[in-house]
Amino acid sequence: MLQKAPEAFVPPALALDITQQGLNDARRGFLRKAFLAAAGGAVALSAKAQSPQGDPAILVLPEHSKSLGNPVAMEGYGSPSKYEKNLQRRESPGLTAVSAASVSFAPLQALFGIITPNGLHFERHHQGWFDIDPAGHRLMINGLVKKPLVFTMDELMRLPSVSRMHFIECGANTGMEWGNAAVPTVQYTHGMLSCCEYTGVPLKLLLDMTGADLKRGKFLLAEGADGSSMTRTINLDSALNDTIVAWGMNGEMLRPENGYPLRLVVPGVQGVSWVKYLRRLEVGDQPYASKDEVLHYTDMMPDGISRQYTSIQECKSVITSPSGGQRLLKQGFYNITGLAWSGRGTVKAVDISVDGGKSWRPARLEAPLLTKCLSRFNFDWVWDGKPALIQSRARDSTGYVQPKYGQLRAVRGTRSIYHNNAIQTWRINANGEVENVHVA
Amino acid sequence: MFMWLKLLCAAAILVQGIASAQTYPGIGRAATADEIKAWDIDVRADFKGLPAGSGSAIKGGEVWDNKCASCHGVFGESNAVFPPLVGGTSKQDMASGRAAGLINGTAPYRTTLMKVSQLSTLWDYINRAMPWNAPKSLNVEEVYAVTAYLLNLGGIVPDDFVLSDKNIAQVQATLPNRNGKTMQHGLWHMKGKPDVRNTACTNNCGKGEVTSSLPDYVRNVHGNLAEQNRTFGPTRGIDTSKPMDKTPLVNVAIGTEKTAVIVPTIAPTVDIKSILNKNSCTACHGMANKLLGPSFADVAKKHAGKMDSVAYLTGKIKQGSTGVWGAVPMPAQSLSEADAKHVAQWLVNALK
Repeated sequence: MLQKAPEAFVPPALALDITQQGLNDARRGFLRKAFLAAAGGAVALSAKAQSPQGDPAILVLPEHSKSLGNPVAMEGYGSPSKYEKNLQRRESPGLTAVSAASVSFAPLQALFGIITPNGLHFERHHQGWFDIDPAGHRLMINGLVKKPLVFTMDELMRLPSVSRMHFIECGANTGMEWGNAAVPTVQYTHGMLSCCEYTGVPLKLLLDMTGADLKRGKFLLAEGADGSSMTRTINLDSALNDTIVAWGMNGEMLRPENGYPLRLVVPGVQGVSWVKYLRRLEVGDQPYASKDEVLHYTDMMPDGISRQYTSIQECKSVITSPSGGQRLLKQGFYNITGLAWSGRGTVKAVDISVDGGKSWRPARLEAPLLTKCLSRFNFDWVWDGKPALIQSRARDSTGYVQPKYGQLRAVRGTRSIYHNNAIQTWRINANGEVENVHVA
Repeated sequence: MFMWLKLLCAAAILVQGIASAQTYPGIGRAATADEIKAWDIDVRADFKGLPAGSGSAIKGGEVWDNKCASCHGVFGESNAVFPPLVGGTSKQDMASGRAAGLINGTAPYRTTLMKVSQLSTLWDYINRAMPWNAPKSLNVEEVYAVTAYLLNLGGIVPDDFVLSDKNIAQVQATLPNRNGKTMQHGLWHMKGKPDVRNTACTNNCGKGEVTSSLPDYVRNVHGNLAEQNRTFGPTRGIDTSKPMDKTPLVNVAIGTEKTAVIVPTIAPTVDIKSILNKNSCTACHGMANKLLGPSFADVAKKHAGKMDSVAYLTGKIKQGSTGVWGAVPMPAQSLSEADAKHVAQWLVNALK
């Protein structure tokens, strides 16, 4: 027996009347009145159907307006729209020979706000990535401690946790650009940059549990559980204030590519120090001279001396739209938007130039403005169709102003790979195409 | 009085110290000596952590040919997979402790032996991370031996050299670039002094001259940038598969831009789910569960693999059906014959 669906729009009194007395002309009249407005629209359209004037996106009803949509939980873990498939993490051709020791860059040109979606977070692996079973993962703390301890994930996640938003930037971000313009888009010039809300236990809490000797122990070795057992020395002076032993990333567990199930979060410090698959922390009285602080991640100065243990990411900014490799569709209004950050504190101001740095005007900084976190800036601009050189310049809470290429190269030359925080220039050509150029 | 206060404070700190150690009962346990030995493998610049042992350059050569040469080359000079390890160092460098090729920048590349300032770094990294596809598979003798062989390839130790924990500090003292390093910079301490300074100038700040740009021939090197940008919004990616169209945009009349109106496109491929949704099939049929009608899975189970079922089911879908799956009738459906056939085929294919 087919059951009739309950009435939702007919007034209860009328429904009762029809049920008890049947449907006569008077009652039909009431029903018609109730639906007249909807029917009227249809009549009006059909009267003019001979020559519809306007946008087919409005005049021709699309399928999704005329049919039943998908059910809930069709995908247990949702994915972006198929129309967003162009936005992928990408490798830069020719940068590395093997993709297990390589980089994929985040598509900054298409991201909004300050948080990086977990699936688009940049990747840097030194010896490939693993999806590690958390049940077998352990964290050991030893070295200059009273009591070396071992923790399971169960135990770590029972401890009082904090959640903090911070940027992570590879020390080599913008590294291909030291000498000259080298890559076409902001994805490749600045895409070794991401920003997440991290959840974990403060490093200080764990070190206190072990009775660490923080008077002698000024250095911390962080070691991963992956094949390379990645190691980096952390400066405990500042790390004690804000470093987190983290498992959470934007509300879910870390992604395997980003260190699942445990990584170090060292705010303001380059990404290589945020050791993934973290298995061990050792407190010591000397730095550890690991491969990635003696041979790589060293900044070669013009005199051939390498600065070792360069760690802090200084104040930097970049316009993400319009940016290199994009084209404007016509002249008129554009919102110049981008990201600013500082490893030493908060972003205090961002200025924009549309004439290659001759003159500067302040951009709007959008809340929240958090320490050692990405900040979003916006700037109203009307493009008159003439060539323009657009730049952003950030200033942080220490008063430091992001340098020009000329200033950076005057001190550090062009042989370094790391810590390039120079002002980025995008040239907008008369044909609307935007390209990566350098202005000294 | 003052003395008492001091004592009181000291007592408070003591209590707090004990309290913090006892705040998280039941969490963490003491690491055993064997566990620490198993994981604490780092070797520091002062060779703290270096296990006792030795290995010869000759033995290292054997290990090298089998396990290292495929990536690094027979002589450690290959740059096919990784940057070269060996080359560019001299006896003069060993004397001065500075790799001359790095000072004047004349070397065509920077090898590991040109750059490395700490021998412990090589030992530690080979021990923890090499070979690349089988890390931690070398024993202590092999790590000493491979390190000795690398040094021998670079002319730093003789062919018959045996490297050991006893003589490693002496070799360190001859390392070509041992003095080519510094920690005197502003990027280690959070309060470190920046070495580069700019000012927040607002007017007459620079010449605004372009000093570097990308040559035309690299236009498509990173792939088609149109496919790396969103297909709507304020901008598009440049179609770098085509040469640049230099027509200025000011000459294009408003409203005639090629991309001014976005016309929605319809996917050309057959998408069963969209047919099911478009025709409201899913209002009465669940994928695996019975709603008003049977689940698709149940229908498929009944007809899977039988080709003549395609025609039967196509008819049932088009004309409706009564009594096969229960009392609730399925009305005739208005979808096209082709779509009905697609759905029938999908059911017969057991929902593949």
